[in-house]
Amino acid sequence: MPETPDPPAVGPQAHLKDPLVAGVLAWLVPGLGHLYQGRYPKAVLLLVSILGTFLYGLYLGSDKEAGWGRVVYFSFRKNDVRLYYLCQVGIGLSALPALVQADLVGRGKSPIWHALMAPPKLHAGDPPQPDPNNPDDPGQRTCDDVVRSLARFFELGSLYTAIAGLLNVLAIYDACCGPVLPEPAKKQDHEDETEQDESKRKEGPAETPA
Amino acid sequence: MNNDLWYALPLVLVASLVYAATRHEQIGPILRHAVRIAVWILGFMGVIFVVLWGVVWLVDH
Repeated sequence: MPETPDPPAVGPQAHLKDPLVAGVLAWLVPGLGHLYQGRYPKAVLLLVSILGTFLYGLYLGSDKEAGWGRVVYFSFRKNDVRLYYLCQVGIGLSALPALVQADLVGRGKSPIWHALMAPPKLHAGDPPQPDPNNPDDPGQRTCDDVVRSLARFFELGSLYTAIAGLLNVLAIYDACCGPVLPEPAKKQDHEDETEQDESKRKEGPAETPA
Repeated sequence: MNNDLWYALPLVLVASLVYAATRHEQIGPILRHAVRIAVWILGFMGVIFVVLWGVVWLVDH
């Protein structure tokens, strides 16, 4: 009796529910789209690995002097174009505070949440200035201060958070379209093609038109 | 040992896991595929490291 190959456990189109909703949820929080689709093991795997990478990058880009999460910020000012943020925003909700902070700082206000993900000042004299009534307010750091304080961890933190954002793009694709065709199915396709080729060869060469 | 190259290791592992997760649905095949990819990437990095190390050695001697 010929052996039949095991079918893939889950087909590419299975359990996807509404791909658009799943994609949006997957963007907001890594793994949330998979959770919505009932793909629990994968949801946990993506949540832990992607969000863990992002949070570790944030941790690398934080210290007492520079502030917290200084490697994720939105800035497209002259002399401070932060292209990293285009990758970091792939993580979704976790990178959105940077937009709020950029808006506040852009309007000359002090950032909130202890300057988490706030864009640093370009020059020491730029607004916002430290609050004169609050002796504990050190004022917003400049780009130079942040880079000097974090040293090599500025680049490492930026890299970790950017890669986490890019990896979430893969997770979003998976939530929208399901897993790429599993390998056993590919092998089966290849075997079918080979069988067809062999049968054609046995039938003889095709007649060529004169 | 203060070597920033160690920071690549978690990134390789996470990238392998997430990539493998887009190819399979079950945890078993995902982990097996992730190990294969991680070994491949680290092997590739190792080859590049040896080549660069050799070039530096040739320049120094």
